[in-house]
Amino acid sequence: MKHTLVALVENQPGVLQRVANLFSRRGFNIESLTVGHTETDRISRMTIVVDGATTQVEQVIKQLYKLIDVIRVSDVSEDRTVDRELALIKVHCASAASRLEISNLADVFRGRVVDVATDAVIVEVTGTDDKIDSLLGMLRPYGIKEMVRTGMISMVRGAQITARGSEARMLEAAG
Amino acid sequence: MQRLTGAQILCESLIKEGVDTIFGMPGGAIIPLYDTLFQYPFRHILCRHEQGASHMADGYARITGTVGVCLGTSGPGATNLVTGIATAMMDSVPMVAITGQVPTYMIGKDAFQETDTTGITMPITKHNYLVMDVKDLARVIKEAFHIARTGRPGPVLIDIPKDVTTNTAIYEYPAKVNLPGFKPKMQGHSKQIRQAARMIEQAKKPLIIAGHGIILSGAYAELRAFAEKTQVPVLTTLLGISGFPETHPLYLGWPGMHGMYYANMAISHTDCLIAVGMRMDDRVTGRLNAFAPHAQIIHIDIDPAELGKNVRTAVPIVGDAKNVLEALLEEVKPGHHPEWMQTLSQWRIEHPSLALPVKPETMSSPWIVRELYHATEGKAVLVTDVGQAQMWAAQHYFFERPNTHITSGGLGPMGYALPAAIGVQLGKPEEEVWCVTGDGGFQMTLEELSVLAEEKLPVKIALFNNSYLGMVRQWQQLFYDRRYSGVKMWNPDFVKLGEAYSIPTIRVSHVDGVRAAFEWARAVEGPAMIEFVVDAEENVFPMVPPGASLQETIESADEVAPKMQQVAVAAGSDKGGV
Ligand SMILES: Cc1cc2nc3c(=O)[nH]c(=O)nc-3n(C[C@H](O)[C@H](O)[C@H](O)COP(=O)(O)OP(=O)(O)OC[C@H]3O[C@@H](n4cnc5c(N)ncnc54)[C@H](O)[C@@H]3O)c2cc1C
Ligand SMILES: Cc1ncc(C[n+]2csc(CCOP(=O)(O)OP(=O)(O)O)c2C)c(N)n1
Ligand SMILES: [Mg+2]
Repeated sequence: MKHTLVALVENQPGVLQRVANLFSRRGFNIESLTVGHTETDRISRMTIVVDGATTQVEQVIKQLYKLIDVIRVSDVSEDRTVDRELALIKVHCASAASRLEISNLADVFRGRVVDVATDAVIVEVTGTDDKIDSLLGMLRPYGIKEMVRTGMISMVRGAQITARGSEARMLEAAG
Repeated sequence: MQRLTGAQILCESLIKEGVDTIFGMPGGAIIPLYDTLFQYPFRHILCRHEQGASHMADGYARITGTVGVCLGTSGPGATNLVTGIATAMMDSVPMVAITGQVPTYMIGKDAFQETDTTGITMPITKHNYLVMDVKDLARVIKEAFHIARTGRPGPVLIDIPKDVTTNTAIYEYPAKVNLPGFKPKMQGHSKQIRQAARMIEQAKKPLIIAGHGIILSGAYAELRAFAEKTQVPVLTTLLGISGFPETHPLYLGWPGMHGMYYANMAISHTDCLIAVGMRMDDRVTGRLNAFAPHAQIIHIDIDPAELGKNVRTAVPIVGDAKNVLEALLEEVKPGHHPEWMQTLSQWRIEHPSLALPVKPETMSSPWIVRELYHATEGKAVLVTDVGQAQMWAAQHYFFERPNTHITSGGLGPMGYALPAAIGVQLGKPEEEVWCVTGDGGFQMTLEELSVLAEEKLPVKIALFNNSYLGMVRQWQQLFYDRRYSGVKMWNPDFVKLGEAYSIPTIRVSHVDGVRAAFEWARAVEGPAMIEFVVDAEENVFPMVPPGASLQETIESADEVAPKMQQVAVAAGSDKGGV
């Protein structure tokens, strides 16, 4: 199963390197990693997707905690969350007809065409990775020239703060 | 509040941290620092190679329980420190390593003697810093010492560009650290402690395995009281040796690759294994899927990541060994396990792993170690190198007093012993310190003999010369059909070598001379060295063959061939390494 970990880290130079270093040194497989600012100046937030089948998720969490710059880690996989990823997809498109088809497809996935050239369009879409995968599947026949995905970010639904409840669970597991 | 240079801030802060001894070597990037250092009341020990400085700081830290400090210049100074930093990381030794760096405005330009020191040391430090602004320096030093000594100890590196040492800032040493991501848990969870106590009370064949964490937390009295109240026999790991008195009736030796037969059998049969302050290293566990197959495991460690990392755990307890053992001692009811004790003593009688002849015919290394034990009445501090001599020292010397066995276990770098012994002697001048080393390891850091002579430190060196990289030769003999590859050594005349360093040195080639040699060395006032020309092809036993389980411990070379066949069938795993 895929696990989504949310880590709050000190916004220090080198913190991304420390995390990346840890993953490669310990042989942890990560599917995606995103970093960005948070509501607090000195704190950044990482969303890390790990495949639980190949990597021991509890070890990932515990090892992340050992990094001094990592303040809090939580596994939100069991929580009700909003998960989003953004993708930009450049699709081959030589005719007005296919431009319309692509635009309609994007509509279905609440995406949109954000750039048009004579033989290509750029589609922007946000959503869960499943949704983006589905749209990709539909666009593939037209010919995908280029694609970029941001990796997933997650937030727990409701009033609860994402990194709280799960931390308590983790500490309990550790004793 | 006063304006100080970075170098002054560093020195003032080191004084505030209680540092009195610094091991290092100057160079371009830290000339300003040395210029200031020398105006402060530190004892600076000039190593002859920065690896020496980092091992010296390590020895100093292990024996005193305080943070060891080493210092090197940018580039080659920093890279030479690396082995000692990695050693400290693997063995949880508190250390602060300070390196010079090229000036901030030259970083990234491939400047003279520039290396990415924080990049290189990231995976081998607990944390590291590159200080780009002198205003951050005091805070960084405060944090570094706090991190190095708090929770699970380890090395912290501070990389300081040259201009940061000369720039000035208002100096104020912070009273507290603010590290929201670093809050080690010291007290065990009471629910888990109760659970563990009940499990121990119900066990028929309980067993304690005590690791380096006992020494690091100073839990000697707690461990002993706990073992005595519950009447549970005690094993230590190699790094746990001297955490429990070795002549205590409950002491059962140490397990693992070269541990005692009965210790390995005890692990293989126990129904409740209480592991404290040890990290289930593969040298201890043998083949993992056959480790402690009948046991419920209670694992106590200050580092949550160690719990469940290698071995399944029934009751994990995060906390400081001393605190947790204290709590457990209070919670648990007295115990009594006559049958189990009977089984254990039966194994000890049938398989006396440490039995030695009263006097051998030839220069047998284990016997020489035993003579050292008798000569010093078990009261010396032994600092050992890596290899066969290390194993024999750990097996055949019986350590009575806390923290008197100092060795590098996790990284196991040859060349550790001499510089570490120097650090140990400086940390505890009143102790009798013996450096026990092989001829190979000795030659990796023998340049530090200069320090020994210069500082007139009374370290005694027992050099076991078998003209082989003995530990590797043993593997080649036993598991590679005697194909000796790259293990035979031409050696210098060690007596002349010692003399060249003004260190009284004698050679002993016959068993009759061993006792007198120890007496001679102990009577010499300063340093002294004895070269023992030992049997070249003696092997360390017992041994758990690589890939085998603890049950498959062998006690002589004859057992190797049949055992290895079984192992190959059972494991199909790789052989591991020396
Ligand atoms: C040639 C060679 C052969 C070897 N053969 C053997 C062998 O046969 N048997 C053997 O045992 N070893 C052997 N070793 C050593 C082995 O490799 C390991 O270094 C050793 O077993 C580790 O012991 P440890 O887990 O007790 O110590 P460490 O590796 O130092 O681990 C200490 C543990 O204690 C924890 N800790 C730290 N502070 C505290 C605290 N305050 N409270 C609670 N916990 C704390 C740490 O988190 C860590 O988990 C050999 C080494 C060499 C070089
Ligand atoms: C720096 C380093 N290089 C290589 C090794 C691998 N190694 C482990 S023990 C050993 C042999 C040590 O020989 P010596 O110091 O003579 O001791 P002996 O085993 O003969 O007692 C070697 C090469 C090591 N541990 N450290
Ligand atoms: Mg040798």
